[in-house]
Amino acid sequence: MQIATAADPVELLKASMPDAIVYVKQFADETTIVVPREQVVAVLKFMRDTNGLLYNFLSDISAVDYYPDPPTEQRPERFGVSYHLYSLLYNRRVRVKTFAPEDDPNIPTATGVWPAANWLEREIWDMMGIYFEGHPDPRRVLMPADWDGHPHRRDTPLGYETVMFSFNVDEILKHKPSAAEGRTTD
Amino acid sequence: MALSVQPNDKQGQIETWQGAVEELRGLVSDRALTGETLLLNMGPHHPSTHGVLRLLLELDGEEIVTCLPDVGFLHTGIEKNIESKQYEKAVTLTDRMDYLAPMSNNTVFSMAVEKLLGLDVPPRAQVIRVICLELSRIASHLVWLGTHALDMGAMSTFLYCFRERELILDMFEILGGQRMMTSYIRPGGVWRDLPEEFLPALQHFVDIFPRRIDDYEALLVNNPIWRDRTEGIGVVEPEEALALGMTGPTLRASGVNWDIRKAQPYSGYENYIFDVPLGEHGDVYDRFYVRMVEFRESLKIIQQAMKNIPGGPFRSENRKYVPPPRAELGRSMEAVIHHFKLWTEGFSAPDEEVYVAIESPRGEIGCYLHGTGGTKPRRVHFKTPSFMHISALGKIAQGHMIADLVGIIGSVDIVLGDSDR
Amino acid sequence: MGIISSKLGNLGVVTTTLETAVNWGRTGAMWPLLFGLACCAIEMMATQASDYDLSRFGMELNRASPRQSDLMIVAGRVTRKMAPVVRQLYDQMASPRYVLAMGDCASCGGVYNNYAVVQGVDEIIPVDVYVAGCPPRPEQLIHGILTLHERVKGEHFSQWITGQER
Repeated sequence: MQIATAADPVELLKASMPDAIVYVKQFADETTIVVPREQVVAVLKFMRDTNGLLYNFLSDISAVDYYPDPPTEQRPERFGVSYHLYSLLYNRRVRVKTFAPEDDPNIPTATGVWPAANWLEREIWDMMGIYFEGHPDPRRVLMPADWDGHPHRRDTPLGYETVMFSFNVDEILKHKPSAAEGRTTD
Repeated sequence: MALSVQPNDKQGQIETWQGAVEELRGLVSDRALTGETLLLNMGPHHPSTHGVLRLLLELDGEEIVTCLPDVGFLHTGIEKNIESKQYEKAVTLTDRMDYLAPMSNNTVFSMAVEKLLGLDVPPRAQVIRVICLELSRIASHLVWLGTHALDMGAMSTFLYCFRERELILDMFEILGGQRMMTSYIRPGGVWRDLPEEFLPALQHFVDIFPRRIDDYEALLVNNPIWRDRTEGIGVVEPEEALALGMTGPTLRASGVNWDIRKAQPYSGYENYIFDVPLGEHGDVYDRFYVRMVEFRESLKIIQQAMKNIPGGPFRSENRKYVPPPRAELGRSMEAVIHHFKLWTEGFSAPDEEVYVAIESPRGEIGCYLHGTGGTKPRRVHFKTPSFMHISALGKIAQGHMIADLVGIIGSVDIVLGDSDR
Repeated sequence: MGIISSKLGNLGVVTTTLETAVNWGRTGAMWPLLFGLACCAIEMMATQASDYDLSRFGMELNRASPRQSDLMIVAGRVTRKMAPVVRQLYDQMASPRYVLAMGDCASCGGVYNNYAVVQGVDEIIPVDVYVAGCPPRPEQLIHGILTLHERVKGEHFSQWITGQER
């Protein structure tokens, strides 16, 4: 059996799925292929199964929130989701990126392609609020089950609490009765 | 809040602490909903020193039908916290993710920043980084071995491992001033040059450690009780392991030959001669034995690195991004200006995204960094190996008994700070 | 040892107060709850292991069950998801119970001032001794434990009766 030589993913994609590529970007020896969100699963399957590409390991799925920057041509929507793929045979990486709008942040799930995507997508739902359609287990994974909101969005505040010094200790303890109860010093 | 189990007036539904049993439909088998199998909550506080992990087990007698891990009890919001800090100052936060190998976290974040900026790392810093990373690997594997053996009942190994770990922590203290969270590896190089006490201490460690590894091996490797408890348990096939996202020694125990230090070498790893141990069966014993062999391989790398540490600067000379060493501040005006600007305002990174992955003791840790063009990052995401391994735990543990589950958790080597960040 | 006077020569009898005897018993074998959360837990394990041995202070065993332990060393950051668990464990401990907040995160929230971390475990449970450090060295933890022993040795009979004992 002959092992196919490594092929350029952009070329092969252009040949077989020409409308799947929005644009391709190169930065610091990394290739990013931007695809529309409806075709993400098809593109990922293509990357995994085609001879010459064989990206058989899903390294990471990361989400970015571009708020409050206005949409540009390169970043048309608020949320960007990047799938980082690695090919063990050809020893190279590629990134497949897609964008999801603010009012309808849905992307089809990649759990059918790699089961590893299960928890990674759960974390993105939990932290960014991007829903993956068809996900077998869409629950929160890191925050408590009854938490409101999505912490990693840029418009959610950090949750900074005023640091307690001696000049504002009384005022802060008014809001924290159980901390005041155990104090033995003033 | 209602902390005890009480039936309420809904027909057939029992309210438990974290939600109704009805919510688990689809996640556990149908036999749990009728009560044929038992739903047992293991954790988040349980006498296994792996941290705050909650496992919801569906048990048919002693056998596990479904295992649902529930993480998040240590979620600290480090990624969001880094978004409000400058790049250099964020390095201290990364220490605390995988707290058994803090140098790995520092390295992956520093390498991501260096890739984003196009920053060089001088050869001396690369060699020092390799020494720190391998010492970190040995320290992490020592804790793994101690706690794994402790869970399985072998307590003396725990005490021996921590005795050796004290030597390594003393060396980290010489280097960075702190035993564990040194923040020694920073973008551009390392924090400061090697103090003169470091190399003699390292030489002493390298001299005595091989005999100690022999001791650990004598205790466990051919021990019939250990072998009975670990062989054939928790078998993972190679294709399944890859599909589930497992990396590192856990993946290599199933026979998949992938080590990032060999495949995509970073920080000068291509200059060292070392082997990568592979397992055959993918069971708990193989995962254990792969890490035992990795002790010796890491020691080999340290010995090679120690012999030729090149001279030169210990951090990049690019003063736009890397603060000057203290000694220069007394001699050069530009150094003072750079120092001032870098420590007050920080440097700006371009509005691009990068992804860097290195081999931490647990597996592949990846850092996705997206800059803003300003001094603070837009988004940092860490793909941590423990997160993927805990999600795979549900599949591996099916069909085994509870006593085996403890062995499986120990062999997969999870750290909850790594998983929850 | 407190107030001890030896009467009756070499009959081997010493007399002391009830408080001293009870407090000596409590400090001599204070069993910690096996409760490590994050990085401080590793330093706590290092304190328990060789080189800095906690067994010499009577803390040989970590009891896994809160009902069998006296001391809860909260080692590590307490997140909002973990907070009800900490409270439930504290409630299950039988008095006399003591709490030692180990590390910066348990004392005051530490490095993390954000949505996920409780700013100090004393928001949930009353704390006796705070040990600073990130993570504290084993010697610092031992100093914290000895400070707790000093506090226990100073406890009075009246506290037990009026129920001020926690």
